Amino acid sequence: MKSYALSIACGVALGTSGAAFAEPQAEVLHYWTSGGEAKSVAVLQEEFAANGGTWTDMPVAGGGGDAAMTALRARVLSGNAPTAVQLKGPAIQEWYEEGVLADISAVAEANNWEAVLPASIAGHMKCEGSWCAAPVNVHRVDWIWANANVLEANGIEMPTSWEAFNAAADKLQAAGIIPLAHGGQAWQDATVFEAVALGILGAEGFHKAFVELDKDTLTSDAMVATFDQMRKMRGYVDPNFSGRDWNLATAMVMNGEAAFQIMGDWAKGEFMAAGKAPGEDFLCASTPGDGFLYNVDSFAMFEVGGADKQAGQALLAELVVGKNFQKVFNLNKGSIPARTDVPLDEFDSCAVLSAADMAASSDNGSLLPSYAHGMALRGAQAGAITDVVTAHFNSDMSSADAVQMLADAVANSM
Amino acid sequence: MTKWLEENTPKLVLAPSFIAILVFVYGFIAWTAWVSMTRSRLLPKYEIEGFIQYDRLFASPRWDTAFGNLFIFGTLFIVIAMILGLVLAILLDQNIRTEGAIRTIYLYPMALSMIVTGTAWKWILNPGLGLQAMVRGWGFEDFTFDWLVDPDMAIYTIVLAAIWQSSGFVMALFLAGLRSVDEEIIKAAQVDGIPTWRVYTAIIIPSMAPIFLSAFIVLSHLAIKSFDLVIALTGGGPGYATDLPATYMYAMAFSRGDIGQAASSAMIMMLVVFAIVVPYLYSELRSKDG
Repeated sequence: MKSYALSIACGVALGTSGAAFAEPQAEVLHYWTSGGEAKSVAVLQEEFAANGGTWTDMPVAGGGGDAAMTALRARVLSGNAPTAVQLKGPAIQEWYEEGVLADISAVAEANNWEAVLPASIAGHMKCEGSWCAAPVNVHRVDWIWANANVLEANGIEMPTSWEAFNAAADKLQAAGIIPLAHGGQAWQDATVFEAVALGILGAEGFHKAFVELDKDTLTSDAMVATFDQMRKMRGYVDPNFSGRDWNLATAMVMNGEAAFQIMGDWAKGEFMAAGKAPGEDFLCASTPGDGFLYNVDSFAMFEVGGADKQAGQALLAELVVGKNFQKVFNLNKGSIPARTDVPLDEFDSCAVLSAADMAASSDNGSLLPSYAHGMALRGAQAGAITDVVTAHFNSDMSSADAVQMLADAVANSM
Repeated sequence: MTKWLEENTPKLVLAPSFIAILVFVYGFIAWTAWVSMTRSRLLPKYEIEGFIQYDRLFASPRWDTAFGNLFIFGTLFIVIAMILGLVLAILLDQNIRTEGAIRTIYLYPMALSMIVTGTAWKWILNPGLGLQAMVRGWGFEDFTFDWLVDPDMAIYTIVLAAIWQSSGFVMALFLAGLRSVDEEIIKAAQVDGIPTWRVYTAIIIPSMAPIFLSAFIVLSHLAIKSFDLVIALTGGGPGYATDLPATYMYAMAFSRGDIGQAASSAMIMMLVVFAIVVPYLYSELRSKDG
């Protein structure tokens, strides 16, 4: 921690020495540090430099962003916030309430963000009516991936209802194939749970349960049915699933050991990296039920002093939502652009399907935030729900008990 | 002046570390206690709200599991590591030829970090890769050893790995204790024809009471602060079946932005440490006075 504080001090000293020129400056705190992600950020850095800006990179690896958030807390408490921070979902509003976010409405209005972003995604980027964050991409969470050869050999179609999924899974199990590749980590349990919940509760019920935390919906019969389906899912995973990483589960689908995986579209990157082709080697479809669960990465803009930093902030916001960056970044990362007017010629068939579904669900109101990936609820509430989901999935708890525990846990997390 | 310096040098030299400890240990304990009484979420807030965080803590089933695990883990770990360490030390004390080499071998796990221990045991205990798969490969198809993925048994895998890591260290402590017992007494007992096991149970072990106490204190603080072993071995899973108070606190403070809740769990952990250390300090100080 000490050497970290020192490096910040050095960074600040270097930053101020260049301030006399008043060129756009941005210090960006993010946790895109793995291979493909780092490459995607490099695209933004180059574009920023090409527009005359100076980029100070502040990558903090580890803990799925936990380490970055700890660094951010230290920076904000010491009154020296970075220009832009990779933040998402309700965390943006949480930081806004601490009074540390900047207003970038001028940039947003000049570039007409209101018209090019889906309404529910734009909602996350606004703090009490003014724009305070810029969206980078849209990951769809409610995907089901399948091994094309395994399905064909067993005469199975991609399931369009949970009954069809159960029937297919029983058939696969009888044939000696693991129906569902899954990793027993709390967030993966939650990912499967929310896909099941969306299918059984429907879009409206999902919104009531996981955005409004409506007690009646949380304890409804549909929620009991959701936990019943989760108990079935538990029977379809192999006995050795505990603690497995998601990409190893994806590999099981790839090599035909398992048939299906329910995971966000980052799983597509694994298939692609292994040289598999969508539609031929592997299939993608939305999980049974209507709706679209999104996980949107974004940059929140923090209040900074100095004309050069504010210029850098405006430039960064403009570039992030710009068509070129949205295209190049998302081609690298496997997600789809947040703005709806980017040509999709270079994207693969799964991404095109995702973009079409996003537009359609945005029109009929079933474009919903993912609770498992921190888009729908604040940390304490989302965590409380995940605790119940993972405790139920990893024990023989009854669905009725789970529903009661869910209501108690949500109430206790307030 | 020189006389003043002579008299006050010890105080002056000790002052910086005294102040540092006052601020960074006791100051932050007080700060945590304060924050645990507030509704702090993402950033610390300072309006006292009473004991709501403790109410939330005790209503949380996950905390129940974590706190219960601390007692299962702590008790088994301390008791078994001490017994194993003592037995190893007594066996090693029989004037065997290669004592130096064997002592080093048993002590070596201590040189590994808990992360390495946890990762190695994760692979050994993984039913699809480790022991179970190996024995099944030998032809015993029904052999099952899947504690790591069984929510009811997973906590014992942590006990197993922690004992493997620490019993060599306990052995070294006890060995030093055995060697420090006055040889004359042992020789006198042998001259009187007292059997060896009686020499151990009646003379040597009772005279090692202070060593037992130090071993207990070292092991119990290892148990209470256990964090890295759980993270590496099970990640708190399956579900949250192997959560310990330290991992609970980490999850609340750093993953969920619930600082008040984390602070209250930290205070409870500290009270557990106090419950162990204070009687020890008390007995130490009293024996010095008397």
